[in-house]
Amino acid sequence: MIHTDILIIGGGPSGLCAAIAAAKSGAEVMLVERSQYFGGQLVKQTHMFFGSEKQYAATRGFDIGKKLVEEVKNSDNIKIFHSTTALGIYEDGVVTLEQKFESEEIYLKVQAKSLIVTTGALEKSLPFPNNDLPGIYGAGAVQTLMNEYLVKPGKRVLMVGAGNIGLIISYQLLQAGVEVAGIIDASPRIGGYLVHASKIRRSGVPIFTGYTIVKAEGTDHLEKATIAKVDQHWKPIPGTEKEMNVDVMCISVGLTPSSAFFWQGGCEMEYVRELGGYVPKRNRYLRTTVGNIYVAGDSAGIEEASSAMVEGSIAGLAASHDLGFVYEGYNREIEELLQELEGLRGGEKGIHIRRGYNKVGF
Amino acid sequence: MLKISGVPSNKDIDQVFPSQERLEKGPVVIVECFETIPCNPCYTACHAGGIQAFKDITDLPTIDFEKCNGCTMCISSCPGLAIMVIDYSYHKDYVKMMIPYEFYPLPKEGEWIKGLDRRGAEVVKVKVLSVKNTKYQDKTQVITIAVPKAHYKKIRNIEAGDSNAKS
Repeated sequence: MIHTDILIIGGGPSGLCAAIAAAKSGAEVMLVERSQYFGGQLVKQTHMFFGSEKQYAATRGFDIGKKLVEEVKNSDNIKIFHSTTALGIYEDGVVTLEQKFESEEIYLKVQAKSLIVTTGALEKSLPFPNNDLPGIYGAGAVQTLMNEYLVKPGKRVLMVGAGNIGLIISYQLLQAGVEVAGIIDASPRIGGYLVHASKIRRSGVPIFTGYTIVKAEGTDHLEKATIAKVDQHWKPIPGTEKEMNVDVMCISVGLTPSSAFFWQGGCEMEYVRELGGYVPKRNRYLRTTVGNIYVAGDSAGIEEASSAMVEGSIAGLAASHDLGFVYEGYNREIEELLQELEGLRGGEKGIHIRRGYNKVGF
Repeated sequence: MLKISGVPSNKDIDQVFPSQERLEKGPVVIVECFETIPCNPCYTACHAGGIQAFKDITDLPTIDFEKCNGCTMCISSCPGLAIMVIDYSYHKDYVKMMIPYEFYPLPKEGEWIKGLDRRGAEVVKVKVLSVKNTKYQDKTQVITIAVPKAHYKKIRNIEAGDSNAKS
């Protein structure tokens, strides 16, 4: 049995920030990550981030990841475990882990005083005829192929979804020399940032809002996609079909929080459409209804990496503070972070997310 | 239009342009930022006081065109690639434009390349005057182009080389 003060599950932007924040007060932190590397989705983000200097604005995502990993590695209080999957939480609070070590799998048990769950999100998919043809990918897979393995997913892509992820990946596909035939979204308006949409549009990629995917065709891989306009009930309008010759379709229709650990841990859960699905109720310091389980990042509600990092810092500071670790700057820092978070959720674009968060407090 | 297709309208564009009088005085910033998203690096990058302090991080940038000296420091700092600098005083027949560009191959100095509008359609050939690609730009290169005056307000992008060679 491994004993630690705080166990953090998930080494993405919020998990890394949680570890750095928790370790500041002297708490012993263990950070586990399923993948071989830390940084989560940051590793694949080649674009510059929004936000303010505090959240590394105007720095490219992968560079932010490198900075955070460096900071974590430099801390004596943080033990990091890569290639390690958290399997479950037991009634006595013990968390079990499976660590891949060379060709072996090692089974570990951890007894932590507190747990911060930063497991991120899962991709949503779409039902349509032949959606299992090779060449039809989730957005995360396209980004992994391109930016992690440096493999082009194909020659000509139809992007399904004009949220930030769909827009950003379309731009990255263009940068990799892949043609983007168009971006469709069933919604009447572009969901992602308009600056992203405009920069793709001025590279010649059309954006079809109010369109959905009707079917995919191809013998052994995707060759053709049919799209159509939708009516006010989101149903395809007959006669508005367009055919597109594409060998790749990238499905980017949103994410849903990865919530398994909260269910298993006994946290009170709430279905919140604005946050992408089931999320644990939490107080402003991100403590769930189970006193020693904290939540941060996309597993708390689908948002941007900037707010995931701020949330991670809040959960990390709060978790160590609640365990009795004294950190002089605590009050000032946590209030500043809460204000930052409020700022990031301000404005027209934040309405949706603010409405969601109003539903999960306690 | 912008929210449906990603293309700002002429009215949108007019709103972020300075007066003709200011344009004729020399280089000045154009910030095509129309949405209140949480982002302020343009302000942080500006040392001339041209981009005003933000009250809230979600405010749209407000520009003091008299203070802006067209230094171009903000261009590469904008994660949305929404900023360019225009020098209308450059030449009697040409406007000098400094735009952000993140594709390879980079255009070459002296080359005439396609000038694209906000839909990505070719408008007119433009001449590459310089390519700025230092550590500060962090791969968001600043390309300076000379654009025939009749077309400058439409130009927002370039296409360097043929698109098949981008890889």
